[in-house]
Amino acid sequence: MTAPSERPTVRFTVNGRPVEQVVEARRTLSDFLRDDLGLTGTHVGCEHGVCGACTVLVDGRSARSCLLFAAQLEGRAVTTIEGLTPPRGLSPLQESFRVCHAMQCGFCTPGMIVTTTELLAQEPAPSTETIREAISGNLCMCTGYVNIVRAVERAAAARATGAGA
Amino acid sequence: MKPAPFRYARAGSLAEATALLAEAPGDAKVLAGGQSLVPMLNMRLVRPTVLVDVNGLRELAGIAPTPEGGLRLGALTRHAELAAAPAVIERAPLLAEAARHVGHAAIRNQGTLGGSLAHADPAAELPAALLALGARVRVTGPRGTREIAAGAFFRGLLSTALEADEILIAVEVPAQPPGWGFAEVARRPGDFALAGVAAVLGEGEVRLVGFGVGDRPLRLSSAERLLAGATLDAETAARAGTAAGPDCDPPSDVHGSGEYRRHLATVLAERALLQASARRAPRPR
Repeated sequence: MTAPSERPTVRFTVNGRPVEQVVEARRTLSDFLRDDLGLTGTHVGCEHGVCGACTVLVDGRSARSCLLFAAQLEGRAVTTIEGLTPPRGLSPLQESFRVCHAMQCGFCTPGMIVTTTELLAQEPAPSTETIREAISGNLCMCTGYVNIVRAVERAAAARATGAGA
Repeated sequence: MKPAPFRYARAGSLAEATALLAEAPGDAKVLAGGQSLVPMLNMRLVRPTVLVDVNGLRELAGIAPTPEGGLRLGALTRHAELAAAPAVIERAPLLAEAARHVGHAAIRNQGTLGGSLAHADPAAELPAALLALGARVRVTGPRGTREIAAGAFFRGLLSTALEADEILIAVEVPAQPPGWGFAEVARRPGDFALAGVAAVLGEGEVRLVGFGVGDRPLRLSSAERLLAGATLDAETAARAGTAAGPDCDPPSDVHGSGEYRRHLATVLAERALLQASARRAPRPR
C-alpha cells in the first residue's frame, strides 16, 4: 500500500518535457511551475480558485493550477502559457490579443490565453455570448473585457478564413 | 495562502483508500477534484494531516445507464462530463442543466459529483438537483457499503450523513419524468447562486427544491402540498411560488439579505414550475 508521504515523488510532463521530482505534498502546481521550474508565465493571484490567473491545461483541459497539488499530476500532461507560445513570435491567438490591445497590465493575460485556447479548440466559432461566458472565470481589473472578447472573435475569424492572425 | 503541511497518498484501489482513511480517523480527507477542498486547505479552514487522492480509482468513475431508465454515476464524474454526456442529457436533463451552472469551465473540468455532494454547500446546484430527482447516494467504509436517500444525506451547512471513514462512491439517479425546471439567480455566471429552485413533476407528485435558501437544499413542502393534485397552470404556479417563501430560511450576507433571497425563491419556484409544465405538455402539432 502507498504510505502517506510528506515528500512524494511525481512524474509528469510540462510542455512536453518529462519532469520527475520529489515535491513537498502541499506544493501547489502553480508554485511548482513558477518556483521549481522557473515557468513564471503562470501568474498567481488569489490562490483559491477565483481569479483564473493561474489557469493551465491538464491533458488539454483548463484547470486552476492553484487548486491542484503537484503530487496529483502523476502521468498527466501539463501545458502552460510557455507551451502555447511558439519559439519565435506569438501564436495567432496571442497576436490577436496584441492587435486588439486586449490587455493593460497583463496580469490576467496568460490565464485568458489558456482559457480561450481551450474554448477555441472546443468551439472554433464561438458567439460573443459564449466567449463572455468562457472568460467569466478569469478576472481582469483593467480592460473591461471588451477588447479581450474582440481578440478572441478576431482569432476565431482569422482561423476560419485560414488567414492566420 | 498556502495549505498547512500534510501527507499525501495516491490510493491504488478503493480498499486501499478506505484503509488509508481508517488509519487516520477523522484526520484524513479524500481528495478528488479539489475545487472545494483545496480552497479550504489554502485558507487553512481545514487542516487534515493526510490527503487520500482517489482520482485514479476506476471503481469511482463512469456514467452507466440503468435498466430502470435511470443512471449510475461514479463519484468521480466531473461536472463537465455531467453537462455533456448524452446519457445524462437524455435520462436526467435536470442534472445536466444544473451541472452547466456550476462554477466556470476550469472548475467544471476538475470538480466532481461526489465532491460536490460530500462538501454540501447549501447554495450548490448538484445537491439540489439530485434531491429533486430522488437520487440515492452510495457510500462505503469499514462497516460496509450503504445507500442513503438524498433527503437524508444532507444534514446541514457543509454537513452530511457521510462518516469520516467513509467514501462516497456513486449516485443512483432514477428515471426522470419529462416535466422539469431549473432556475437560479447569481451575480455573475459561475458564482454560487443567491437562490435557485429545481422542479420535477412526477406521477401525482411534485418535487420542488430550493438552494441557497437554507442550511442545505430544502424541499419546498408547502408549495409541493399546494400543487398535489392541482392542475399546474400560470395561476397555480404563482400561488405555489408564494407558498414557497415561508419554506425557506435563507441567510443574510454581503451578497444579499435573507428577505431578498426569500423573494427570489418565490419567483424562481414559479419560473421552474412553468418550465416544467411547458416541458411536460405534449408538443402542439
